[in-house]
Amino acid sequence: MTLLSFALEALAKPWPWYVAGPLIGVFVPALLLVGNRTFGVSNNLRHACAAIIPGRVAFFRYDWRSEGGWNLAFALGIVIGGALAARFLNGSAVIQLSDAARTSLASFGIHDMTGLVPRELFHWSALLSWRGVVLMVGGGFLVGFGTAYAGGCTSGHAISGLADLQLPSLVAVLGFFAGGLIGTWLVLPYLMGG
Amino acid sequence: MTTRARPSAHLALYLALGVMFGVVVTKSEVISWFRIQEMFRFQAFHMYGIIGSAVLVAGVSLQLIKRLDAHSLDGDVIVVPPKEMGHGTRYWLGGLLFGVGWAFIGACPGPLFALLGAGVSVILVPLASAIAGTWVYGALRPRLPH
Repeated sequence: MTLLSFALEALAKPWPWYVAGPLIGVFVPALLLVGNRTFGVSNNLRHACAAIIPGRVAFFRYDWRSEGGWNLAFALGIVIGGALAARFLNGSAVIQLSDAARTSLASFGIHDMTGLVPRELFHWSALLSWRGVVLMVGGGFLVGFGTAYAGGCTSGHAISGLADLQLPSLVAVLGFFAGGLIGTWLVLPYLMGG
Repeated sequence: MTTRARPSAHLALYLALGVMFGVVVTKSEVISWFRIQEMFRFQAFHMYGIIGSAVLVAGVSLQLIKRLDAHSLDGDVIVVPPKEMGHGTRYWLGGLLFGVGWAFIGACPGPLFALLGAGVSVILVPLASAIAGTWVYGALRPRLPH
């Protein structure tokens, strides 16, 4: 066995939280040290608007190339990283979900737990059903609207903001979580039953 | 946000960091819809461990950077811009709306990009919709409470 194949085999196993979490944390100092940039991904949605269809909206009238070029490069990197992990590191393997979660999800009709997303809910023809539209179009819209309104997402507020002990980020993270609980416990069961 | 242009040589560095981030979130299953459901149902420690240890490492690093008065590669003093609280409405209300969407699509913006790379083509729908949501926020911004 060569060293490379040994390394690939080790990396192809699922990465535990105590490896992945600290690695994710390192992106905060890394981006600051490289170019004084605050770790965050959601600004790319704003840069996309500014680049594609700024219209007359003041929020999108800025030089997205100089302010957002680094972040767009980072996002493109994430796409490539996802592709490399899926292709060479067994990244779309069946996940190590807890039995409790499997039982709960099965109880409202999700049985195929083999992909990164539930195939029963997330596929192109699901867009022909109300449920698919609410989940994919509605969910995406809320993520984009909410993160722009709150001025950050999980990376910008939950990781960068909390690490810097910023109170507004704590408020935003409590909001993320409260919203997630409402979506999970109140709305999803209703959508799945209907 | 600073408005100064950065040399494009740096873009390759940001791209490389993005690649690493994409690999980490994919291999740790952070991009899995199932993992996010499991988190909101309190059925595993996995996601809490990841977010908690990420915040811890980032927090200690930030303290070191501040105390050592570290400079970036460009030689600038490193600054983390503080967020303004204002009335706080934008944080709890925007956060709440984001959270509902997060539960629906099981992915926040970083993982959306990784999922696209991992070959989940239908994720283009929530991604496009998220861009539309950000656009609508931009248009309504002057009229929303912040």
